Amino acid sequence: MGSLSDKNYLNEFPGIWSWLTTLDHKRIGLMYLGAVMFFFLVGGIMALLMRLELFAPGGQIFSGDGYNQVLTYHGAIMVFMVIIPGIPAVLGNFFLPIQIGAKDVAFPKLNLASWYVFMSGALLAVTTFFTTKIDTGWTFYTPYSIRTQTAVVTMVLAVFIMGMSSILTGLNFIVTVHKLRAPGMTMFRIPLFVWAIYSTAIIQVLATPILGITVLLLAAEKILGIGVFDPKLGGDPVLFQHFFWFYSHPAVYIMILPAMGIISELIATFSRKTIFGYTAIAFSSIGIAAVSFFVWGHHMFVSGQSEFAGVVFSFITMLVGVPTAIKMFNWLATLYRGSISFEAPMLYALGFLFLFAIGGVTGIMLASIGLDVAFHDTYFVVAHFHYVMVGGTLMALMGGIYYWLPKMFGKMYNELWAQISFVFIFIGFNVTFFPQFILGEKGMPRRYFDYVIPYESLNRVSTVGSWLIAIGFVISLIVIIQSLRKGAKAPANPWGGKTLEWTVTSPPPHHNFDVEPVITAGPYEYR
Amino acid sequence: MNSDVTQIAQQVNSLYDFLLITSGIACAILIFGMIYFAVKYKRKTNNDKTPYISHNSFLEFLWSFIPLVIFMIVFAWGWIIYHEMRKFPKDSLEVHVTAKQWQWDFTYKSGKTSANEFYVPVNKPVKLIMTSMDVIHSFYIPSMKIKQDVVPGRYSALGFKAEKLGEFYVFCTEFCGTAHSAMMAKLKVVSQADYEKWLQETDEGLSMAQLGAKYYNEKGCVACHSLDGSKRVGPSWKGLFGMKDHEMEGGEKLIADENYIRTSILNSQDKIVKGYGPRSAMPAYQGQLNEKEVAALIEYIKELK
Ligand SMILES: [Cu+2]
Ligand SMILES: [Cu+2]
Repeated sequence: MGSLSDKNYLNEFPGIWSWLTTLDHKRIGLMYLGAVMFFFLVGGIMALLMRLELFAPGGQIFSGDGYNQVLTYHGAIMVFMVIIPGIPAVLGNFFLPIQIGAKDVAFPKLNLASWYVFMSGALLAVTTFFTTKIDTGWTFYTPYSIRTQTAVVTMVLAVFIMGMSSILTGLNFIVTVHKLRAPGMTMFRIPLFVWAIYSTAIIQVLATPILGITVLLLAAEKILGIGVFDPKLGGDPVLFQHFFWFYSHPAVYIMILPAMGIISELIATFSRKTIFGYTAIAFSSIGIAAVSFFVWGHHMFVSGQSEFAGVVFSFITMLVGVPTAIKMFNWLATLYRGSISFEAPMLYALGFLFLFAIGGVTGIMLASIGLDVAFHDTYFVVAHFHYVMVGGTLMALMGGIYYWLPKMFGKMYNELWAQISFVFIFIGFNVTFFPQFILGEKGMPRRYFDYVIPYESLNRVSTVGSWLIAIGFVISLIVIIQSLRKGAKAPANPWGGKTLEWTVTSPPPHHNFDVEPVITAGPYEYR
Repeated sequence: MNSDVTQIAQQVNSLYDFLLITSGIACAILIFGMIYFAVKYKRKTNNDKTPYISHNSFLEFLWSFIPLVIFMIVFAWGWIIYHEMRKFPKDSLEVHVTAKQWQWDFTYKSGKTSANEFYVPVNKPVKLIMTSMDVIHSFYIPSMKIKQDVVPGRYSALGFKAEKLGEFYVFCTEFCGTAHSAMMAKLKVVSQADYEKWLQETDEGLSMAQLGAKYYNEKGCVACHSLDGSKRVGPSWKGLFGMKDHEMEGGEKLIADENYIRTSILNSQDKIVKGYGPRSAMPAYQGQLNEKEVAALIEYIKELK
């Protein structure tokens, strides 16, 4: 009986080699966690440098090219190496199998292979930083990306490889959810986190190949001179934008759906209450995933796309707002008559609701085609997607890490300092990004290394905010390291959660369950 | 910046105001609702009982339907404005715009050309017919709330009718490389009489240095070289002429004389000032400027002490 002895997945097999060859989904999740945290640190430093440059007009610490490079690496690292793998590959890997009562994912070897594929893609991307730093922005728009002398080919190959890893992970999760659910675990008894990861996996499998083909075409054009995108060779530069956003819009939901999954778990657990509208939340995940494939043109309202196309894309984009609104109100309704406590994970969940509300309504503004013409490619867009990606996804990831830290490592963290860290991040975030809405409304374009005087004071405020965020994350990093070093031993269920991971020891045994669980009720049975 | 310089800008602002109000209400419901519940239903004891509420069809209908109605209003409203933006009256004044890294060129029907600044008469519909020589740029007039991408290999169009006199910024809003943020132009809305006067304007009677000052703006030098000593994409021109021990990438030191400046303009990769390498961001102007223009620029630089 594993749970009666001291054996768990962390100590059952010792040595670095046992980690590098592990087939355990939990260990692979932690290996992703290490990588994602490292890349977040790098991308975060880039962000701080950018804000420092923008503290005043004119050149501060960079040349124009230097700034463009940092802006490209910040975007590419945060998108491809932090936000996309962040929740599914770390927390999804660790908890999806446990939450459905499985011993592991369906294809453990493929799961390990995905990690290696991801790491080789990421390392390849990093090599470009030491050769000719790429300066195209994370979007690689043609024909700029074709003409620039920087390492575009290496970078897009790296993106191709990381995309491959994303496809394999998605495939693994889909099969796991369909084939490995414990007896009695029907599709409508799986936790909402699993629904979210499952919907995300569908997008990963269907959309990522488009990105792969697009970047291969770009590489082929650069190496062989085939005219696909460059008008000089008879190509069409706007075609690239269609291809790119056909992936990258759904990718926005690869980034946000898992976050919504975490929020459902946190709100139910810390309110000790059944989630309101389980079915609606589950179906709205699937609904968002489906509709997300037909809205890419909202990135191209001013690209020269026909009025008809623009209007259709605007309309469909509005429709995505509905399931999103449903989720927000369902979470709010879950709080009603709950028994709410405010540990750090819940603070992050409430912070998410606050910030995502603002991110959501500004999304509707941008979806309205007449208004988007004014706001497109200004700081309004920058502010909007940071409210969604950082205020949304990153807040949820932080909440999820604190929520599951006791389960993953069997150690508690310092609650007070975790809450202080939240306060810094939350306030710093608003100080940094709210002024950017105003800057954008006043017309400041994005990706500007220099700006005219009227934009100075708001940029200053924004830069000061970035320092508060940095303090918050440094505190969090220390809290996590300290908890690993000398945190108190965590009980099996510190928060009173009802999903399956809280029924096993902290940390869980190697095979998750000593006895295969049999499920007789839904995931949030607080009654 | 004055926002009501065009009808369109006014319409965009009204839609934005409407959205600010509805969004404010929606956020207030969510955020204050959340805070209210959080305070009211704070955990009292560890054994609190919570009710089992799985769903409520009526409420769920309400909070899907009401947002949907608002979204549809916003969608239709945005569409109407967008449709207005893309109307080009038959009597529009047509101006050709050519974008290149990192400059805006304007050509009028009379043959008049200008760079990084252009004039239009007030109360006259204008249609810009735009294309790019290299990568994609985007023509954005913030105070008029309009923009349109400028794509190589095809024409795109942007229309507006300014109803107030004034000077307005034009920004490039599609990332286009080194001096993207310096790719600016000035739009000057003037009276019909002033506009016609400007169309007739020639270079006669200007001194060499005055001509140089004109080219400094028109040929795009202004994007990267300041006149006040501040560092931009390129080094400042202030006090440049006659500078001794002017250090290049690679350590060479030279005197900034006429020949040095000539080389730097026409073959910018030959001599690169220390700190701006290893490759110069500046395009080579060989074949783009004639002898008179180069000479005028040199005379202008001489005056910038
Ligand atoms: Cu999108
Ligand atoms: Cu440009």
